[in-house]
Amino acid sequence: MAAMLEIVGLHRVGLEPASFTLDRGSCMAVRGPSGAGKSLLLRAIADLDPNEGHVALDGRQRSDIPAPDWRRQVLYLPAQSGWWADTVGDHFSDWRAAVPLLNELGLPDESGAWPIARCSTGELARLALVRALMREPKVLLLDEPTAALDAATVKAVEALLRGRIKAGVSALWVTHDSLQVARVADRSLTVEAGVVRESPKS
Amino acid sequence: MTNYVALSYLDLALASVFVLINAAISVALELGIHRRMFIAAVRTVVQLSLMGLLLTALFSAVSLLWTAVAASVMVVFAGREIAVRQERPLGGLWSYGIGTGCMMTGSLLVTVFALTTALRPNPWYDPKYAIPLLGMILGNAMTGIALGLQGMTTGLVAQRAAVEAQLMLGANRRTAMGPVIRLALRNALMPIINSMSVAGIVSLPGMMTGQILGGVAPADAVKYQILIMFLIAGGTGIGAMTAVIAVSNRLTDSRHRLRLDRLAPNRG
Repeated sequence: MAAMLEIVGLHRVGLEPASFTLDRGSCMAVRGPSGAGKSLLLRAIADLDPNEGHVALDGRQRSDIPAPDWRRQVLYLPAQSGWWADTVGDHFSDWRAAVPLLNELGLPDESGAWPIARCSTGELARLALVRALMREPKVLLLDEPTAALDAATVKAVEALLRGRIKAGVSALWVTHDSLQVARVADRSLTVEAGVVRESPKS
Repeated sequence: MTNYVALSYLDLALASVFVLINAAISVALELGIHRRMFIAAVRTVVQLSLMGLLLTALFSAVSLLWTAVAASVMVVFAGREIAVRQERPLGGLWSYGIGTGCMMTGSLLVTVFALTTALRPNPWYDPKYAIPLLGMILGNAMTGIALGLQGMTTGLVAQRAAVEAQLMLGANRRTAMGPVIRLALRNALMPIINSMSVAGIVSLPGMMTGQILGGVAPADAVKYQILIMFLIAGGTGIGAMTAVIAVSNRLTDSRHRLRLDRLAPNRG
């Protein structure tokens, strides 16, 4: 299998140089205590903060790719989603195309008219996930995508993401749940005090 | 133009009674602003008297160099005023630099435009026209530019999650900052829109009133005032637009990242 995301000596403030590769269609869990630098690592890969090191996707250096194009392909989904318009539907360029995915996660067709201010954290987490998947990224950087969800919805989200991974999407998946690691990931990274290292999958 | 009532120092002393009344109110109600009221009143007297002396000298000299020096000093002070009004200034001298730069672009452009098209004094830089004109434009554009800068910095801090959400989905920085930019520019232009809306109904603008008191026919004074209003609108618009674009460039980088680390550390 060709290496898809290749990271060599990636570092930034709060993060020691990290090197690893993420294969096409594989999912790597990212674990570690809160504040250890898991989100910093994901943000650095998405190039959202100043950082140094070599990052490449399918052999193409990140520095050769315009940042917006890079982020559309290597998409970071933060733990706290951001919203820039008043209603849910305003955040989707093609609402009708998004509806099947939304239904899969238990959101009704008419959720497009919901005001953002009245959505629950769990609803926003699922909406943000669908919004991200609509961009069809090659790599997903998932920052605790199921932290705000109930058990049934966690299952639906995991099923949806597993399908994407099986179809060739690669993922880095931050989670504190070792059972979830066992369910979704085939490799595992540990981040501790800014140091990233590959750990045996447990 | 000799048909105006010249004021004596006694007249001014008489009017200062109102400042004293304000100070008395402050003392009586424990507002704690009588000291600042007093200092501000003294500053008005001293600064305007100096300006009077300076203008007398400037008007008799009619020199391009000295007019330019006076204009530069005014622009620099306006830039400083913009910088100190910022709640979340940019780090280093950036607020000061952007404020001054935008005041200069906006105000000088419209002032020179008016001097070379509508007013056409001889020579075009005649300080008798150039300096009061620039002063009025600076005083008003300053507010708009300060609001535009403020709207950008506080807006980006408050809307950080929303701006970054768009960046994460692959939007470029202009698109991602769009809502913040639009709101900042709207806020910057509101004061001049408001003052144009009420001109003549609620407020008789200072310059027009001054000209009428100075013996100019009201119809002529009105024409001058309309010219000034349009110039202020132009100076504010150009200045605020430049300021907003400069801040949006400074607070992002070529990799389309939001760089709030370039704001000065929060004092509050």
